[in-house]
Formats: sequence, C-alpha cells, structure tokens
Amino acid sequence: MTEPLTHADFKSDIKPVWCPGCGDFGVVNAMTKALAKLALRPENVAVVSGIGCSSRIPAYTSCYGFHGVHGRALVAGAGLKLARPDLTVIVTGGDGDGYSIGGNHFLHACRRNVDMTYIVMDNRVYGMTKGQPSPTTEPDWDSKLSPDGTGLREFLPMVIALASGANFIARAFTGDPNGLADVIVRAVRHPGFSFVEVLSPCVTFRPEQREWKKMVRPDALKPTSDIARATRRLMRDDGFDLGVLFAGERRPFEPRGLRGSKPVAELAARFAI
Amino acid sequence: MKRKLPRSVEEFMAYAWAMEVEAAERYAELAEQMGTHHNAEVADLFARLARIEGKHRDQIMEQMGWAQPPDTGAFHWDTPEGPETTDYGDLHYLMKPYHALKLAEHNERRAAEFFEHLAASKVPAGVRAAAVEMAEEEREHVRLIQEWLAKYPEPEAGWDEDLDPPQGAD
Repeated sequence: MTEPLTHADFKSDIKPVWCPGCGDFGVVNAMTKALAKLALRPENVAVVSGIGCSSRIPAYTSCYGFHGVHGRALVAGAGLKLARPDLTVIVTGGDGDGYSIGGNHFLHACRRNVDMTYIVMDNRVYGMTKGQPSPTTEPDWDSKLSPDGTGLREFLPMVIALASGANFIARAFTGDPNGLADVIVRAVRHPGFSFVEVLSPCVTFRPEQREWKKMVRPDALKPTSDIARATRRLMRDDGFDLGVLFAGERRPFEPRGLRGSKPVAELAARFAI
Repeated sequence: MKRKLPRSVEEFMAYAWAMEVEAAERYAELAEQMGTHHNAEVADLFARLARIEGKHRDQIMEQMGWAQPPDTGAFHWDTPEGPETTDYGDLHYLMKPYHALKLAEHNERRAAEFFEHLAASKVPAGVRAAAVEMAEEEREHVRLIQEWLAKYPEPEAGWDEDLDPPQGAD
C-alpha cells in the first residue's frame, strides 16, 4: 500500500523569493495541504501559471508545473486537461495576469467549463512590475504611478465568473491557510471549472492590505446552485465576504470526436486537405 | 478548537501536539524567508524558535509514548490557525530580532490563553488538569521570551527605511 503523503511532500526544494509578509506564502501552504487532503500524488497533478509574483507557484510545488505566457495560463491548463483528463489541473495566477492580460481567456474558460481549478491571488496591484494599478484596484488608490487614482471602476471577478458560467465560485483569504485549503479541496472535487478568488495582500506596494485580516468575514457566503440567488447575493458583496458562493450542476466540457483511443492515422485523415 | 472540546487527555495532547507542529513549521518557513532576503540575524532567530517548538512537539510525543503522530485531521482551530502560529502577514524584510521576539511573545501568550480557556471549559477533570499544566508552561515561555527580549532594545523609528526601496519607481 502507498504511504499517505503530507503537505510537505508537495513542496519543492526551491525557496520562494516573495517579500516576507506576502499573502502568496499562505496559498502555497494551503494548496499543498489541500493536495495532501485530496490524497493525490504529485505526479498526477499539474500546476500551470502565467506571469507575475503569484505565477511563480509551480516552482514551489513538487507537482508537474508549467510557467506559461502572460495571461495564457488558462489556455495551457485547458489544453493539458483535455489531452490528459487523468491529471488534476490547477491553474494559478494573479489579478493582472488573469483579469487584464488574460481577461478574455478568463471569461471563456468559465464558459467552456473544463474540469480544472483556477486560483487567483488578488492583491489589487501589479507587484512584480513595481506597483501599477490592476483591474481590481480601487479607483481612488493614490500612488506614485497613479496619482489621484485611475478613476476606473473595479473589475468584479466573481460577477464575471458567475455570468460567464463558472461551475464553482468561492472567495478565500490567505491569512487563513487552513480555511483556504478546505475551499481548494472543494473546488478540485467539484466537476467543471472551479474559480477561487483569493485575497492575498501585497505588503510591499499595498501595505494597507495588512488590515484585510480585520475586514474579511469567514463563512459569509453560503453555496447555492441557483444562479439567480447567487447573483442577488453578489449585489450586496463588498469584496470581503468569504466562502463558497456558487456550486453549479453544469456538465464539464468534453470535446466531441477527437477523444478516446482513435489511431493517429484516423485523426490525421480528418485534417487532410 | 471549533465545535468539540477534547474528551480525553489523549485527545487534548493531540491538539497540543498539533499546535507545536504548526508553530515549528511556520518558524522554519519564516527563517527561510528571512534567509532569502539576507536578514541573517532574524533568520537565525526564527530557526532557533523553530527548534524550540520542535523540541516541545517531540516532548509531547515522548510524554504520551506515541510511536506515531496522532491523527488530528478531524478538528479545526477556532482561529484561522493554531494559537502559537505566526501570521505570514506580520513579517517585514527589514525587521529586527526585537520584532521577531515580540511575535514569539504574542504567540506564547495566545497559547497560554488558549489553554486557560480550555481549562475553564466543560471538560473532564483530567483534561482540565492537563490544560492548567500546559497554560503554566506557556506562561513560563512568555517569561523566557521576555528575558530574551531584554537583550534587544526596541529599534528606533526608521528601522524599516530602505535607501533603495522596492517600491521606488525607476
């Protein structure tokens, strides 16, 4: 019988280079705990990311990893899952990577509903490139790079995810790695596209986010499979309610015609000109 | 702990063991973080705290005569993490040993309060006695940390000023 693995078995020997105090440490902690709870093996899990501080995560796990192109992590993840449905695919990234550069892929990934989990570490800033406002930055956030703020309204990831068809939607906080691990377990187990919005403070460019631990409300969101109900709940969301918002019943996407054990020659014939 | 209180000394000590495990692992992680950022003094201090908590963990194993770690999968802390675990968010790359020890003092105090709360709860007499004993131990740790702290005066304002800060626009 194979020995059960612990969370330490899912960590690599590479030491994270994030700033001390960064929320992303809590995500590695939670992800590795979740994978151990799910009784998975590192060789059966692929962690795919884009570009940015949080997108370094694949290197910090002992799973297979793919550090991809900016904003295109979901595309690589979906391709991998469709080619290797036996793998557990977890896509990770930040708010800039996922909602701006990859914004289009985000909503179509929700719509397509491939069976994978997308974890977005949202710190409302581009940290790696020194603190530019991201799509989720508050319009009045005053900084050297955005004097008086951008004046632009924030992108609302959970609203977009729900409207676009994500089958599981949750919000968690890195200050509670154990709670986040439980949410990741539920997200991975839920069939279809699971989206986990993680509030992950950037203590370097947004030191005021250290206060988030006093602002979040654990278990404020209760799961429903009713889209109308989830939509109404989001109407009174201020971004700090934690929990599972939506657990839908859509069937995950499966490609028709190209799956299974068809001989390569047969597949090639379909593309012959 | 959420929802259920320990019903036996064995169960209670399993919680105490889990607390020490989480604290030791976190201190070790924090030591790595500070080492990565070339803050060797604080890295060494966190590594030392990790070894101390690790010793407490091993002492519980020995005291209970456990050959295998107890199963603690079924319980949750009432707080986001164990009472003796440092919050990732409390770190600063320029922090001094004083700050690290203040965090440790805070953790030991929370651990003592946790056990005192348990001792005052509706638990079997054996569990209450064990909780009182653990609370006393944690109070002793608070005193030891305070003695340690006396070697490090509070840094003057400006300790976190960096002449080449990461948030400077190029």
